[in-house]
Amino acid sequence: MKTPPGSVSRYTTAARINHWITAACLILLALSGMALFHPSLFFLTGLFGGGAYTRAIHPWFGSVLLVSFGILFIRFVRFNLWNSDDNRWMGKIGRVLANDEENVPEVGRYNAGQKLVFWGMTLLILALFGSGIVIWDVYFAKYTLIGQKRIAAVVHSLAAVGIIGIWIVHVYAALWIKGTISAMMRGSVSAGWSWRHHRKWLRETAGRR
Amino acid sequence: MTNTWQDIKNANVIVVMGGNAAEAHPCGFKWAIEAKVHNKAKLVVVDPRFTRTASVADLYAPIRPGTDIAFLLGVIRYLLENDAIQHEYVRAFTNASLIVKESYGFTDGLFSGWSTDKQDYDRASWAYDVGEDGFAKSDPTFQHPNCVMNLLKAHVARYTPEMVSRICGTPKDAFLQVCALFASTSAPDKALTSMYALGWTQHSVGSQNVRAMAMVQLLLGNIGVAGGGMNALRGHSNIQGLTDIGLLSNLMPGYLTLGRDFDTSFEEYMKTRLFKPQRAGQTSYWQNYKKFFVSFQKSVYGAAATAENDWAYDYLPKLDVPGYDILRAFDMMHNGKINGYICQGFNPLQSFPNKKKIRAALGKLKFLVVMDPLETETAKFFENHGDKNPSDPSKISTEVFMLPTSCFAEEDGSLTNSSRWIQWHWKAAEPPGEAKPDIAIMSGIYSRMKAMYAKDGGAFPDPILNLTWNYTNPDSPGPDEIAKEINGRALQEVKDASGAVTLRAGQLLDGFAQLRDDGSTACGCWIYSGMWTERGNIMARRDATDPREQGLAPNWAFAWPANRRIMYNRASADANGKPWNPKKPLIAWNGSKWDGIDVPDFAPTSNPSAGVSPFIMNQDGLGRLFTLAALREGPFPEHYEPMESPVLNSLHPKVSANPMTRVFPGDRADFGTVDKFPFVATTYRLTEHFHYWTKHAKINAILQPEEFIEIGEVLAKEKGIANGDWVRLSSQRGFVIVKACVTKRLKPMTVDGKQTHTIGFPIHWGFTGSAKKGFGANTLTPFVGDANTETPEFKAFLVNVEKTNPPVA
Amino acid sequence: MANLQSLDILRSSASTETPSRIREQPEVAKLIDVSRCIGCKACQAACMEWNDLRPEMEDFTGVYDNPSDLNPSTWTLMRFTEWENEAGNLEWLIRKDGCMHCSDPGCLKACPSPGAIVQYSNGIVDFVSENCIGCGYCVKGCPFNIPRISTADSKAYKCTLCSDRVAVGQAPACAKACPTGAIQFGSKSDMQELAHERIIDLNERGFKQAGLYDPEGVGGTHVMYVLHHADKPQIYANLPDKPHISRLVQLWKGMFKPIALAGLAFTAVAGFFHYVVAGPNEVQPEDEEHGRKALDGKDRA
Repeated sequence: MKTPPGSVSRYTTAARINHWITAACLILLALSGMALFHPSLFFLTGLFGGGAYTRAIHPWFGSVLLVSFGILFIRFVRFNLWNSDDNRWMGKIGRVLANDEENVPEVGRYNAGQKLVFWGMTLLILALFGSGIVIWDVYFAKYTLIGQKRIAAVVHSLAAVGIIGIWIVHVYAALWIKGTISAMMRGSVSAGWSWRHHRKWLRETAGRR
Repeated sequence: MTNTWQDIKNANVIVVMGGNAAEAHPCGFKWAIEAKVHNKAKLVVVDPRFTRTASVADLYAPIRPGTDIAFLLGVIRYLLENDAIQHEYVRAFTNASLIVKESYGFTDGLFSGWSTDKQDYDRASWAYDVGEDGFAKSDPTFQHPNCVMNLLKAHVARYTPEMVSRICGTPKDAFLQVCALFASTSAPDKALTSMYALGWTQHSVGSQNVRAMAMVQLLLGNIGVAGGGMNALRGHSNIQGLTDIGLLSNLMPGYLTLGRDFDTSFEEYMKTRLFKPQRAGQTSYWQNYKKFFVSFQKSVYGAAATAENDWAYDYLPKLDVPGYDILRAFDMMHNGKINGYICQGFNPLQSFPNKKKIRAALGKLKFLVVMDPLETETAKFFENHGDKNPSDPSKISTEVFMLPTSCFAEEDGSLTNSSRWIQWHWKAAEPPGEAKPDIAIMSGIYSRMKAMYAKDGGAFPDPILNLTWNYTNPDSPGPDEIAKEINGRALQEVKDASGAVTLRAGQLLDGFAQLRDDGSTACGCWIYSGMWTERGNIMARRDATDPREQGLAPNWAFAWPANRRIMYNRASADANGKPWNPKKPLIAWNGSKWDGIDVPDFAPTSNPSAGVSPFIMNQDGLGRLFTLAALREGPFPEHYEPMESPVLNSLHPKVSANPMTRVFPGDRADFGTVDKFPFVATTYRLTEHFHYWTKHAKINAILQPEEFIEIGEVLAKEKGIANGDWVRLSSQRGFVIVKACVTKRLKPMTVDGKQTHTIGFPIHWGFTGSAKKGFGANTLTPFVGDANTETPEFKAFLVNVEKTNPPVA
Repeated sequence: MANLQSLDILRSSASTETPSRIREQPEVAKLIDVSRCIGCKACQAACMEWNDLRPEMEDFTGVYDNPSDLNPSTWTLMRFTEWENEAGNLEWLIRKDGCMHCSDPGCLKACPSPGAIVQYSNGIVDFVSENCIGCGYCVKGCPFNIPRISTADSKAYKCTLCSDRVAVGQAPACAKACPTGAIQFGSKSDMQELAHERIIDLNERGFKQAGLYDPEGVGGTHVMYVLHHADKPQIYANLPDKPHISRLVQLWKGMFKPIALAGLAFTAVAGFFHYVVAGPNEVQPEDEEHGRKALDGKDRA
């Protein structure tokens, strides 16, 4: 999609597709996982054709997510490297939450919060996949002992709750910071949005023009 | 069994030796457990292997295969030495006090009368010293040097605990512990039961193994009492029935014996069957032999058997040898002297020794007819299954007919169990496919043969043409008709001594007491008489009522003889008729008659003061510690090494093995020696399978799928064999390649100062059925038989073992 | 197995509803007296026959345990252990393995599928196949390593204590078939009494540590053992010494579930209230202005 005038290109089409596949997987995983996590949510298995289908398809969603997120990771890892600005930004997190970004350090492509989401997702996805393999009984039951499976089950559910929490933060941030969704929907953001939230990135982008 | 399965619960000590009841008879073994749980009984297991029976035993003692006699004679020595015998019983009911001929003797492993030329005994000296009254002399004080008690003492003196340990490999303390438990039952109100099976019979000294234990039981006063007895656990369903009904070449029904070639007339035949009492006033029940014989002949030949033709005695075949046992039959087959074979309910290619010889013998037949519900190995002996059955069908011209039969659940009929109970059973399902009952097949063969004899004559057609065959459907007689025929009926009016009519013509007999030797009664098997009377089918009774819950259930089915549940039950009471064990009496003299919960093994009104002894089938009426000439290799048991043994006989190395062992000359080359085959092997059954049948059943195949041997950890280590490895086990007769079960349950034993290993080989696998294919233990076993019964020596032979690669499929 | 006793349910897996338990059944128990067991495998055969199961025929592996392990079609299995006691004498310990029917069943606790595992009021723990989703959580929940997942239908299987037979007043098939009375079945209190008698007998025979295995850690079981060496259950083919539901499983299936849900709910609600309080972070017109300048490279000018 062509970047409209006055806008800044933030995500390529491929990146957006990549993101939304990942997002869809994560949502499906959350729904199917939560269905098997707590009895009160078991009704969610209905979305997937019942308990057995839910159990069977969940790890496949996870596998797709792993690949999709892996590409996403390669795409964005270089923008998510931590630097000293991030520490300072974190020090001013209270200002950020109060919608006052004037006195926080200028932010590059991603702010520290976004980086934390990125790394949180990365680590938890690895943990989920690793523990998920251990309890993916259809194919892998025979390779581990029951004690290891129990650890994996606990790790898996802890990590899942963690990643869902991060996901909530991620989604909320997109809703809260107006103008953000356009980045993933249309690939571009307004110059004002960029100025307000990612000034350093805006300057760099401009410099490359 | 002298007693019943249920009666085992009354025992105080249960000895499982020469058997493995928990594995081979798990259902009957419940009564041993019952005795433990409710009678505080002690269970003793003496076995080369630590078996599943041993797993629930209070005491286990290992023993080298084939040395049970040494062990038991050691027990007898212990009992005599420690005065742990039931004196009153021994004095009153055994032949301990009778005096044996001066000429009797025993030196260097041989009894008196041995002839090296004939390789046989002249048994004339194995007899009582007979007084002028024609009766055996006796000395109730046991002072006479030649009374049985003193001869026995002298005979067993050699079997010290040290000697027992040296021969058997049993640790001395274990042996003495066993002895002490045996001894505890010499108290009149205590009983020991002996549960044994093929572990004693499948030896070259099999009969004497059993005898040795019977002697122990007599000394302890344990025969005829509740919870005692000699209890042979029969392996096959109805194998008790097989022997009862006389399916051995030298027997007729009810243990009547077939005439020999020298019994040229009925008179001559009867001369050796008069069974004159050897002591005053004794019953000697076989005196009634003629009644049983004549009634049998009337049953078989009907009107054709008359007093004039000696009850058709000449119709019967006469033996030119003591018996055509299966070893002999297969040897003859192998030598081309038997060329047709009807094999009914039998799988000799699996169950007879030296498979190579059996296979070769079958291949020399002109025809082989196999009647069986299963596709047996025998029926397919000509097929090539690699090493497991290396036949070359192109070189075998035997014509094989397979006639499928129904199995027991597909027909009405009776089965006789170990307790001698004849139990009627009812058909549960139709036989599959073309299967027919054995009776129908045999009848079909008979009717065709009869037609051929009628048409073509022949050398002597009379026995075939005159056979009684009065059945509703001659081609398929009903089991009920046959049962009634076996029970017997009056052929004409039968009157008692007072002239009163006791039976009308055609009436079914109530029991063998009604049999006559004048041709007025017919009876197919005298001991079975009473099983189907005018009251109906007694075998079909299912009333489990059990007085005092003592395990007799007298109204359940029918027990031969005369519905008697415990044999020799007269011996359960003392000389005055008072029960030894007042808590568990069987019968007692109430002043006018014998009364109790069992049918007395005795004339019911015989007053104890008359001194009639309880063992009424013996001419002396006594339990025999000295068995005269009844067994071929000696009146006392003696330890002889198995035909293949790792050591020479410690007592008399020059006469190491049983001199009377059944060996055919052609088989001697097939015996191995300890230098090439240094290990002892023994064969056995596992709970999961029944012989070679259940490998055809899926569930059993799942429970024990594949052939294996058991080998001790020490030997396995020496040979580098790990659990589950493939091994090659070989004897002089062949080899097998099987998996190894390395176990702590087989430990090396010190025999005559040398470490000796035993290897166990379960028998169940062959090349047909659902389980994995196997070789069969009889690939390795020697073609050797017991001196009396010709039962093959499956329990002790020599092998070698080596680790090897898996067989090529 | 199907759920045949819908009115007798004490507990049902993953259920937020109270099961119908209008009928109260006395607690039953199977007592396996190891000291009477001869390892004949009649129980295994009876189990296969009654439940119409035919596991695959395996190879001989060097031991009498056949099949070599419990599997979806082998719900009970004799396990053989050759053990040399303190005196150096061999004991061949034979234990019938299978579901213990715990009072506090780890499988039921772990199961995420409503009604896939039920515990009847008589104490039997049963798998209800039509509700089973094949996740294998029961395998992780079980302290005795009993349930097995079938590869054919991805459902969990184990001994049902013949709940179908028991429901109509029959003893389990294995108890019926046992020739030596090593498997007894009846009310739990009767079985405890019987065990007591047996223990006295074993004590008299020199087994001073004989005892009943009815482990408290799982609230007691409805399959109990009489052991000659109750002080060391692990010698009987690794029978757990003090079995209990794994702490991990308790964590996973216990407090963690509500806390996690509450935590997630809190996160979402916190977001909502942040929005209500702080309001949206909107791009201001001056931001746009600055932005455009910056984009054109003029902001530094």
